[in-house]
Amino acid sequence: MVTLDSLGHRAGARAFVDAELTPYAAEFDAEQRTPPRTLERLAQSGVLGAVVPTTSGGLGCDLRAMSVLHEEVGRACSSVRSLLTVHSMVSWSVLRWAEPDVRDRWLGLLGRGEVLASFCLTEPMAGSDAASVAATATRRDDGWVLHGQKRWVTGGQVAGLFLVICRTDRGVSAFLVPRDVPGLCVTPVTGLLGTRASMVAQVDLDGCALPADALVGPDGFALPTVIAGALDIGRLSVASGCVGLLQACLDASLDHSARRRPDGVALSDHQLVRRKIADMATETVAARLLCERAATLKDAGDPEGTTAVFMAKYFASTAAMRAATEAVQIHGASGCSDGSDVARYFRDAKVMEIIEGSSEIQQLVIAAAAYRGRSSS
Amino acid sequence: MTSVDGDIRNFIAARYPTADIGDNDDIFALGYVNSLFAMELVVFIERHFAIAIPNDELRIDNFRTVKAMTGLVERQLPAGGAGR
Repeated sequence: MVTLDSLGHRAGARAFVDAELTPYAAEFDAEQRTPPRTLERLAQSGVLGAVVPTTSGGLGCDLRAMSVLHEEVGRACSSVRSLLTVHSMVSWSVLRWAEPDVRDRWLGLLGRGEVLASFCLTEPMAGSDAASVAATATRRDDGWVLHGQKRWVTGGQVAGLFLVICRTDRGVSAFLVPRDVPGLCVTPVTGLLGTRASMVAQVDLDGCALPADALVGPDGFALPTVIAGALDIGRLSVASGCVGLLQACLDASLDHSARRRPDGVALSDHQLVRRKIADMATETVAARLLCERAATLKDAGDPEGTTAVFMAKYFASTAAMRAATEAVQIHGASGCSDGSDVARYFRDAKVMEIIEGSSEIQQLVIAAAAYRGRSSS
Repeated sequence: MTSVDGDIRNFIAARYPTADIGDNDDIFALGYVNSLFAMELVVFIERHFAIAIPNDELRIDNFRTVKAMTGLVERQLPAGGAGR
């Protein structure tokens, strides 16, 4: 069994991914599920507990190391990387914001991958605008009662713990909700364009009664604390996964263009193919460097880290879409075929431009950060 | 020589150099703060002053003005301590 700390993080992750994910990713996609065996392997490898301290059974990675792990997983399977993304977001939130008793109760389970976690933000009317959530948490003498509906919950089909964003009488707040709480209903969502094995669900909360310590972080002030922090982790994870997607598109295009010889001339000998390869290779490195920069700033606690994460996610996701488009083009009809790896990369890359803040949202935030140094508007 | 309020003013001024913000001005009401900048403020204050803000102190009123943020920091610092 390959563990991530046995060979160094990148080498360990690469060996694990090549053995456990790459051969099966197309099958996961076709069946729209990541099988229990693979989830067990992920837990055993330690990758699920990347951001959890070693004292709680995790790998104790900083964000630079997490970024590397998620890039390597993203190179093989964006669905599994998506599961890691939401699990890491919730694990970090529990570590950073939960009350000590709650943290001790859950962190070991999350770090060892014995419980999977999902992040419940998006709603039918509010989309992913956290300030507009309609789900409610009502204060009672002995705790809270939750009502509402959450959509597009990645990993929701298999999660044992949900971090649910709700509105209280003080504002937007976050709550830890175990799957077995009465009133919680999980409905699988299938037929998605991409990340089809990420086991997305709709989660309905109908009078879910929770103890007082289910509240994670400050009541009414979750937007700039729990939510913004978790989404920073999520965006960095998605950006890193997109670097993996870029690398996969490049590798597949290099292999195919060298092997395929229509009319006796290898595709790789055509200058227009080489131009595509040059762009893919350059953008892969650029995206990786943006992720490294963002993770380094976040690890240092630099307030500029958030804008850096937005830049990394914006560039990496749009570059992955460009690379996947060209990878399909290079593969021709075979790239449009059912079961084609590059067709899967293409479908997954499109999802990356939308989740964790669409490209348009990233552009608005990045531009606002650029302008704020020049004027008060 | 630095001061808590001076360091907070400098942080805000570095991001909004043309803004003229007084110690009692509500930066939320003035439109400078969204949730991302609020997170930057929390991250800056915790890291710069080497403190962990407890959950019950994490509320919007503690971040509205330079004076409120200064009070927040001073409540978390060891008695007589300068923080960093």
